[in-house]
Amino acid sequence: MTTHPLVIAGRTFSSRLFTGTGKFSSAALMEEALLASGSELVTVALKRVDVTSADDDLLRHLGHEQFSLLPNTSGVRTAKEAVFAAQLAREALETNWLKLEIHPDPKYLLPDPVETLKAAEELVKLGFVVLPYVHADPVLCKRLEEVGVAAVMPLGSPIGSNKGLLTREFLEIIIGQSRVPVVVDAGIGAPSHAAAALEMGADAVLVNTAIAVAGQPVAMAQAFRLAVEAGRLAYEAKLAAPATHAVASSPLTAFLD
Amino acid sequence: MSFRPIFEAHAWDDVKAGIYAKTAADVERALAASKRTLNDFQALISPAAAPYLERMAQLSQQLTRQRFGNTVQLYAPLYLSNECQNICTYCGFSLDNNIRRRTLSSVEMLQEAAVLKGWGYDHVLLVTGEANQTVGVEYLEKALRTLRPHFAHLSMEVQPLDQQDYERLIPQGLNTVLVYQETYHQQGYKKHHPKGRKSNFHYRLDTPDRLGRAGIHKMGLGVLFGLEDWRPDAFYTALHLDYLEKTYWQTKYSLSFPRLRPAEGLLQPKVEMSDRELVQLICAYRLLNEEVELSISTRESPTFRDNIIRLGITSISAGSKTNPGGYAVAPESLEQFEISDERSPQEMAAMLRRQGYEPVWKDWDPTLTAIARQ
Repeated sequence: MTTHPLVIAGRTFSSRLFTGTGKFSSAALMEEALLASGSELVTVALKRVDVTSADDDLLRHLGHEQFSLLPNTSGVRTAKEAVFAAQLAREALETNWLKLEIHPDPKYLLPDPVETLKAAEELVKLGFVVLPYVHADPVLCKRLEEVGVAAVMPLGSPIGSNKGLLTREFLEIIIGQSRVPVVVDAGIGAPSHAAAALEMGADAVLVNTAIAVAGQPVAMAQAFRLAVEAGRLAYEAKLAAPATHAVASSPLTAFLD
Repeated sequence: MSFRPIFEAHAWDDVKAGIYAKTAADVERALAASKRTLNDFQALISPAAAPYLERMAQLSQQLTRQRFGNTVQLYAPLYLSNECQNICTYCGFSLDNNIRRRTLSSVEMLQEAAVLKGWGYDHVLLVTGEANQTVGVEYLEKALRTLRPHFAHLSMEVQPLDQQDYERLIPQGLNTVLVYQETYHQQGYKKHHPKGRKSNFHYRLDTPDRLGRAGIHKMGLGVLFGLEDWRPDAFYTALHLDYLEKTYWQTKYSLSFPRLRPAEGLLQPKVEMSDRELVQLICAYRLLNEEVELSISTRESPTFRDNIIRLGITSISAGSKTNPGGYAVAPESLEQFEISDERSPQEMAAMLRRQGYEPVWKDWDPTLTAIARQ
């Protein structure tokens, strides 16, 4: 069985599992897990890579055909800082794709909607393919769509929390009305969460902590791969509507038969 | 707004009595809570929590791994000067110590930097004494400019400065400032800091507020354990952190745990803090605050450090020299305090890997604050 591929900004992805590169116990283990995940888009924090060095350890382990890099701006607090960092990332990593992350609050790492919208608008004008990390705010997602972002990345729950789809009601609205792909980012702690997001119609998920800090990251990456495939397959196969109780007969309308 | 009214509302003796009155039931309530309060923290640092140490350690490890992953950051101190106008009873740089004073020139800074770069460091902590004539804000600005092209992350542990001075240094690449209160016990503070600008308890106490108002990216807090009973001092640090996080919510925070060790010829700790107690404190901070960075220096022994990194520590130094010029320029000059762990950064990195942690040399980039490196 094959499912429809995902297309973002003209690029086709056969895997709907995007991954992060932080928190692994070694770069080699990260590489192995990401290869096992089947992921084709991996996000890299600018703060972690040394773009001045030709031999950065993290980047060296990501040099596979399979992976496209998605630099992220984690650490910036304002639109101005994000635009500055994005331009450096584009030059150093030779990609105009960008995961726009502006979370001025270092405690919960929640995204700043005002600065994110401002930065997105400017970055789109500068020719970036912008994937903004946002709260599950349907109006903000439409505003971002209007300024030309390539996808939106609403959070399921606070980043790194592994709490799953706490924002489900709002994600459903976002998915229902979005004209750009919706990638559920942050908070996905188990393969079942990822499957649920895809079943709901999310176009992809981004997972990092749940794989990196698992007892066996490589096996967990495979589990996520399967869950994402299953979730998408279920979505395309059209789920049967759930019922709250058994429906055995039609007591109210049987007299019409 | 400042921390002072909150500080003044918590009398030392009351805080101390409150901590020592905590019972096993208080500790169990604190352990069971999903979000812990400062009151829970008092229970966790109390003597009543001693039998719960293993459980605290397991929770601390789990919370730290969730937030920070399987990584530990590495940094090195770079001592720029040992000139100092203060008398501090516990410090090798104290004005009344008859040692050769030295302040590094820009050329010497670069010689030192080259050694640290060669070891793989991308985060250095610039340290000086307090000598405003020679090592004032102009000198610090020059140091930041000189070193900025060579390191991704510049931290500073120097005398407390005015807000406008911090505002001048931040655009030069200053990312993090460490300022330790030493002790929140006012009379004790006066006793240990009899002379010099450092004797002004309140100017020091207000320093994190000045840093917060200046918009510093990260700040480090702590006390010197051993000057007074560690439990109230640890509580005041947590109280200070709690206030700062709510007030300067865009700033990151870290905590350190330097402790005075009994040693010949040096100041003997008034209240000794045992290894078990230090572990208890580190775990208690993690249980209170899942996000704060916890840092441990080479003051501690290799065995202790090897074990403590699994229990909540997120940042360590290695190969440190605590004398200006100690890496290349003047290796034999007098150190500020004695190093217990002499292992090289490479040995430390190998130890981390053996324990399943990735040593992280770079976790910041000045471009993220729109500062060009060159």
